[in-house]
Order: sequence, then structure tokens, then C-alpha cells
Amino acid sequence: MIQTVRMSETATATTLELRGVSKSFGSVEALRSVDFEVRDGEVMALVGDNGAGKSTLIKCVAGIYSIDDGELYFDGKRVSIHSPKDAAKLGIEVVYQDLALCDNLDVVQNMYLGREERDFLFRLKESPMEQKTAETLASLSVTTLKSVRQPVATLSGGQRQSVAVSRAVMWNNRVVFLDEPTAALGVAQTRQVLALVKRLAEQGIAVVIVSHNLIDVFEVADRITVLRLGRNVGVYERDKTNQQQIVQAITAGKPDVGAPA
Amino acid sequence: MSSAAPAEVQAAAVDGSLAAIARARWEALKGGDVGFLPVLVGIVAITAFFTAKTSIFFTAVNFSNLIGQMAGTTVIAIGVVFVLLIGEIDLSVGYVSGIASVAVAEFQMAGSSHDYPGLVAIGLAIGIGAAIGLVQGSIIAFLGVPSFVVTLAGLLVAQGMIINLLGTQGVIGIQDKQVNDVANYVLTKNTGWIVAAIFTGGLALATLGAYLSRRRAGLPTGNVALAVLRVVFYGGLAFAAVAVCNHYRGVPLVGLVVLFVVVLFSYLAGRTTFGRHVYAVGGNAEAARRAGINVKLIRILCFVICSSCAALGGVIFASRLNSVDLTFGGGTILLDAISAAVIGGVSLFGGRGKVVGALFGGLIIGMISNGTDLVGSADWVKYVTTGLILLAAVTLDTVARRRQAAVGR
Repeated sequence: MIQTVRMSETATATTLELRGVSKSFGSVEALRSVDFEVRDGEVMALVGDNGAGKSTLIKCVAGIYSIDDGELYFDGKRVSIHSPKDAAKLGIEVVYQDLALCDNLDVVQNMYLGREERDFLFRLKESPMEQKTAETLASLSVTTLKSVRQPVATLSGGQRQSVAVSRAVMWNNRVVFLDEPTAALGVAQTRQVLALVKRLAEQGIAVVIVSHNLIDVFEVADRITVLRLGRNVGVYERDKTNQQQIVQAITAGKPDVGAPA
Repeated sequence: MSSAAPAEVQAAAVDGSLAAIARARWEALKGGDVGFLPVLVGIVAITAFFTAKTSIFFTAVNFSNLIGQMAGTTVIAIGVVFVLLIGEIDLSVGYVSGIASVAVAEFQMAGSSHDYPGLVAIGLAIGIGAAIGLVQGSIIAFLGVPSFVVTLAGLLVAQGMIINLLGTQGVIGIQDKQVNDVANYVLTKNTGWIVAAIFTGGLALATLGAYLSRRRAGLPTGNVALAVLRVVFYGGLAFAAVAVCNHYRGVPLVGLVVLFVVVLFSYLAGRTTFGRHVYAVGGNAEAARRAGINVKLIRILCFVICSSCAALGGVIFASRLNSVDLTFGGGTILLDAISAAVIGGVSLFGGRGKVVGALFGGLIIGMISNGTDLVGSADWVKYVTTGLILLAAVTLDTVARRRQAAVGR
């Protein structure tokens, strides 16, 4: 069935697509012939129990693991990703759970970390970097920051997450993976981050959100992919399913229940 | 000051009104970012104390002496700043400076097979320091051996080498004029003024450049009066220092050397990609690695900078006494240098602090040493005082970190 789904989608063009991807660690099959896809301007949720293969899938796409079997397509073209650099070159960015921000640096410095603009004297071009940071944050309606020159240590959890996500966007990435973006946040901050996730999609970015929180998932996702024991057990459209169905798919695995996306 | 951005960028990023700036500063203070406030208070207090105790302390002669006394330690401390910024430690700086002292004396030795001109000897000594840093840094970065242990081993090896090199005669005199000039040459009075003018002009240009570039980019430009005041303040300090020195013999060349090293490494740490990456590695090495920064290379380069600065410090020590002997590299050099960096606000936990802090810290340690000598107190007073100030500085750093964590979440 998934095969037919894919055929029908080629018209609207997937941004990133995995076909029959497998990955084993010794005798443990973390991914077994998994199909997965995400399109421009779409929020795809990736859900599943612990050990379902979510992290492995992300790391395969991010170039941290190389896949044993299967094919990766980007904009319909066959690609191979062997290192984080390959992923970055394609425009795939992963925002990991622990955020990877430097507390002692300010927002601008974190946004440009490792990609600083400089002149011929190796001097940092502070003004353009600050300007671009302010623009990016404004375009994503991240407005709660007092100053982009605040050290990240002084930000709230939601603000930090917003900075990490905005950084992923600033570099014209096409596909952004968010690993548990709301895991450590309070109610208001969760809403703030989810709103940001929606805005990413509105800007045409293909967003993949990994989460255990189905309430969050149903709030932002357009479609939901369920992994169970390394297999894709179904892709569900948010509007045509409910939490109970997803929970069932996560725990028992009912590939036939899902409406084809 | 906790951020690595240049001061004028940080100052300008806040809204222009003085009230807003004061409020931002207060917020930062509450967040555990005390800046240079304690250091400045300390400098004023120590000056007041010793001035009251002895009439010699606050004189032009003693000020010139102080520059010579603090120069070596301060230069070493500037190198230590880089190692502390990445959250490591270098215990070998004392004896690495000793190795450089011996090296510069050896390489200028008249009548030997290696009688090089003074500047070449100095270059070779600093090169040896850099090589030691390269070896230590590589072991730490590639093999993951804790820097504490690697540099402790380095300390012992360097000490052994000094004894080995000086073993037979125990002392080498330095006749080379260029080497001796490093710590003993005095600039003419007019040259002193020119140096102060160049320093002030450079600072003014940097401030103006930042202002114009921010205005062009449509960013908040901060309070212009405050920016001007900052230039006037530091420029005024430079001119005042020159005026005092000129009242005696003139500005010691070694003071210019220290100023040059401070400016060079402040530039490197605050305004270049390399400096930014140093702060990033100290703040969150994993984040830096994921951002594509070559963390190992940054680590190694920091140890190279540290050992090179230590070597330059050793050259200054040797030049000051016109000779080297078996006591070089030992004594309180190591602890003074690390204390100077820490007292100057550089965090032992990595990622926080500024190069210029080493200058302030070196000044405080130099003033205590100089003052206690003048007053004629026993050596124990010097050690106890320095120890207590160091403890206060580290406590402040630790508390500041906790405050920052508390405000952050």
C-alpha cells in the first residue's frame, strides 16, 4: 500500500524520501525496510515507542550512520548521505534534544556558530551577523528576546529551543528534523515552540518533528508516521485519524488501519 | 562581560538611554556577571592602602619599577587565559618560562657555537615554547589525557631540563644588548606620547568603526556619549601612565611589549573566528563540534599560545636580571600567572573571561608584591594576601556561575 502512496505523491514532489531503508547494529535490526517521506511546507510527525527506530532514522538522514540497504531521494533525485557534511550540503538540519547551544555565547554568536562571517583580516563582521539574526528571528515571530546580544544562559527553555530551531532555518535548510523539541518545556513555552514549528512549514520548509507527546503532535502535524520495532506501520493524515488510533499503532502496530496519506 | 562580543558591540546592543543601560547592567550583575568591577575596586583599594603606608609607593619611580616587575607574570597570564577559556589548565607555564630563559641565554652566549643575534635568540626561545605547547596540546587533544596531568608531567620535565642545561655552571650571564633591552630599555619621552596617541587613536577608530557599521546595518547604536566616554577614559589612562613614566625616565619598553601582547590577543580572542571558536569550545565542546568547529585544533592552538606566552615571559625575566640561574621558572611564577588570570575574571570552568583581565590581575598581584616589599613586611604577608585574593576571585567566579544558572532557567 505504501508503494501506491508514493506513486500518487510523485506529482506533488516529496522533498526527502527514504525507500526500503534498513540499518542493523550487529544482530539488532534497528530499521527494517522503512519507507518515509516529507514534503515542502509540511509538518510530518515521527512517533513510536522507545526503541522503535526514530533516533536511528534521524541519524541515518543526518549522516551519522550510513544505511545498510535502501535508497534516499532528495527532490526526487537519488542521493547518498555518508557524513553530516553530506546532509548539510543537501540542506538537512537536525535540532537535537540537547540543543547544542553554547551557554556563554549570545544569540547572534550561537546562530552563526561555525559559520561566522569574516573579512580578509579574519575579523568577525558583527553588524551583518546581528542584522541577519534579528531578521530571521523576526520572520519567525520569535519576539520574546530582549536582545540578540543576550547570552543564551539567560534565556528560558522555550527561548533556547526557539534559537536552536531558528538557527536551523537561517541557513536555507530544506528539511529540518526536531528531536523532542517540547520535552522539557512548560505549557506556555511549548505553545511558543509549536507555533514556531508551524511557521517553519508556512515558510515552505519540510519539518519532521519527533515527539512522545501526542497532544503536541496533533496540534502541529499534517501527517503522522508511526514506527514500531524498526518498521513503518503506517502513515496517517492528522485530520482523518485520532489519538487512540495512533496509540494503537504505536503499541500494537496496525498497518491496515491508517488511511493512506 | 560574560559574552565574547567586543565591548562596544555589547554596549551598543542595548537601547540608547542611560537608564536602559544602567538597568541592563544591573540585570547582568544580578545574573552573576560582575564584569571588572571587583578588580577595579581591588586596584583602587590596594593603591590607597600602600599609599597610606609608604610615601614611596605612589611615585613615578615605583610605577616604572612596577611595570618591570609585573611584565613577565602578566604576559604568562595572558597565555593562561586561552587555556582556561577552553576549560583546561596548564601547570607547566612556570618551568616553560624557565626553559625559555635558559634558551635565550644559551642562544646569545658569546664565544659558543650558537652565538646568535639577540632577536634571533628571543625568536628561538619563543619557538621552543611553541613546540612544547604543540606537544602538550596534541597529547591532550588527540589522546584525551587530562591537561592537569600532561602539564604536571611537562612541569617536571621542564624543571629537569633546566637543571640539566645549567648543571655545570649553574648560571649564564647575558651580554647581548637586544636581549637585555627587552626589560631594561626605556623609550624616549616623545615615543611614549606617540604610543599613547596611537593606542587612543586605535581605540577611537575601532569604536567609530563599530558605530558606523551598526548604523549602516540599522542596528541600535547605543549611547554615543557613553562610547565617547569609554574612549576618553582608556585613552586618558594611557596618557596618564605615560605622563607618570616620563616624570621619571620614560616608558619602559617592556610596558610596550605587554601592551602589544594584550592588544594582539584581545583582538584574537574578541574579534576573530578563532577567538569565537575558543569561547565556543569552552562553553560547550559538543555543540562546537556539531557546528563544524575543529575542536582538537582549537585545543592544540590554545596550548601553543599559552606556552609561547610563557616563553616570552621567560625572556622578560631573563632580560630583567641580565642572567639566568637555577631558580628560573620556579618560585611563585606558575601560581602568580594562574592567579592573575583568575583574579582578572577568567573562569576556571571555561568559556568566560577576557584577555585584558590578565593585565588587571597581573597588576593586582604585582602591586601586592611590590607594596609588601616596600613596606618591608615579611614574605608570609605577601603569600597570605595573594592567597586570600585568589580565593576571593575563585569564590566570586563560582558564585557567579551558580547565579547565572539560577537566572537562566
